[in-house]
Amino acid sequence: MSNYVQLLLSGIAVGSLYALIAIGYTMVYGILRLINFAHGDMFMMAGFFLIYIAAIPNMPIWGALLLTIALTVLLGFLIERCAYKPLRSAPRMSVMISAIGVSYLLQNFATYFTGGLAQAYPAIPLISNKIEIFGVSTKLITVITPILTIILVVALVLFIKYTKIGMAMRAVSKDFETSQLMGIKINRVISMTFIIGSFLAAIGSIMYFSYYEQVSPTIGAMPGLKAFVAAVFGGIGSIPGAVIGAYLIGICENIIKSFPAIADLSNAFTFVLLIIILILKPNGLFGEKLSEKV
Amino acid sequence: MSNILEIKDLVVSYGGIEAVKGISMEIPEGEIVTLIGSNGAGKSTTLKSIAGVVKAKNASILLDGKEIAGKSPDYIVSAGITLVPEGRRVFPNLTVLENLKMGAYLRKDSIKDDLDYVYGLFPRLKEREWQLAGTLSGGEQQMLAVARALMSKPRIIMMDEPSLGLAPLVVRDIFEIIKTINQQGITVLLIEQNANMALKIAHKAYVMETGLITLEGTGKELLANESVKEAYLGKSK
Ligand SMILES: Nc1ncnc2c1ncn2[C@@H]1O[C@H](COP(=O)(O)OP(=O)(O)O)[C@@H](O)[C@H]1O
Ligand SMILES: [Mg+2]
Repeated sequence: MSNYVQLLLSGIAVGSLYALIAIGYTMVYGILRLINFAHGDMFMMAGFFLIYIAAIPNMPIWGALLLTIALTVLLGFLIERCAYKPLRSAPRMSVMISAIGVSYLLQNFATYFTGGLAQAYPAIPLISNKIEIFGVSTKLITVITPILTIILVVALVLFIKYTKIGMAMRAVSKDFETSQLMGIKINRVISMTFIIGSFLAAIGSIMYFSYYEQVSPTIGAMPGLKAFVAAVFGGIGSIPGAVIGAYLIGICENIIKSFPAIADLSNAFTFVLLIIILILKPNGLFGEKLSEKV
Repeated sequence: MSNILEIKDLVVSYGGIEAVKGISMEIPEGEIVTLIGSNGAGKSTTLKSIAGVVKAKNASILLDGKEIAGKSPDYIVSAGITLVPEGRRVFPNLTVLENLKMGAYLRKDSIKDDLDYVYGLFPRLKEREWQLAGTLSGGEQQMLAVARALMSKPRIIMMDEPSLGLAPLVVRDIFEIIKTINQQGITVLLIEQNANMALKIAHKAYVMETGLITLEGTGKELLANESVKEAYLGKSK
């Protein structure tokens, strides 16, 4: 019994983290039709930001957390401004190549700056504490993660549904030119999308590394890829789809890991799942028909 | 009457190919001006460059004598010029009400009276306030596109083929609305394939062919013009 609870708990926690990253992929795709390959690396960078900031003498942990979030958001904003905005009217393939370039740039920069070795993530008081639920001992973070994720997702959905800028995001995601005719400054809306995506990735990063305790320059790749799979799985462009996809992957992955005979195949499983979904439902669970954006 | 809008030597090219080759137009305040011409003549390009979404290579566009060429689309909308694009282009994933709110995007004042005003013009939209715009019929979408443009409180409304693909009865409604809007003091710049109806309601008209203005006159004059009759009214002699 307690074994299953353990599996479910960690599956939900991991799924939540994938969800926070997946939202960044799916929102950027929704608005730019761009798969932002650098997104997983943003997540890694957020990890290093906290390690280095927390090491500053007399830096309180809450200050380090806030600064980490602020820097990650700034990085996401700058990546869009420098690497994607100049290519706004270029073919989509060019922007994609630019995204791959940014991804390697961040990884190489992190390797250069950190020496390439994995570094220990600081323990954040309180959330790294152990607690016991349903007879299972776990870190408090396991419980906090899904709650915080759900709160953030609900806030985001309400933001997109009810605020003027949220409405503008939906408008821009359908039609750049007509949005401009309304007086919407599309570059601002796009920046906003990257800011939100980076913010969620920073939160996800803090929780992920509090759980796994180590950061290395290429560590963003796997969670990034899985979050991307979650986004495609749920129907890329759809926020609820990305969240549901992320939980499915997180939970299934943990169940597979519990069978020693196939535990090593848990990553392969993720991709097999993706292939099956795409064969059965090419637009994912909640995806709209892929229409070329005018 | 004074000209609210003057376009001088407008040249627009798409990657080296000139779609508009140096046209000039004068739009008197409070009138309906129509621009007719066959497909590919450069009519839509002309309106888009006035709206600022297509950059002109060369142009002087004066609104009340003030240069607006090269300004951003949001500047031009807040200066009082709006464009109802070809093919309606409502936001299909937004509700009717949300589409209208997008039309008023730059406004900081209350839009309640304007909502009442456009719902008065198009009662059908009021009934469908909460419906997604993508589920409306073609005629309703066109009405929404016009209503959305009116939400910016324009002084000049430009319309790009509003009757395209609509049933004759709906086309009549649209033309009635154009006249009503104009009577309320809004200057109209209208592109139409339906040259006959457009020339009938227009105070002033221009004919455009392959990027150049080839004829201009009052609506009546062009209706009676032999070459216009032959090329655009389907009545050859
Ligand atoms: N975005 C574009 N890119 C390249 N060429 C274009 C573009 N839009 C229009 N054109 C070309 O410019 C010319 C004028 O087009 P347009 O202004 O749409 O004409 P009209 O509205 O009178 O039918 C056409 O030859 C068209 O093919
Ligand atoms: Mg056209």
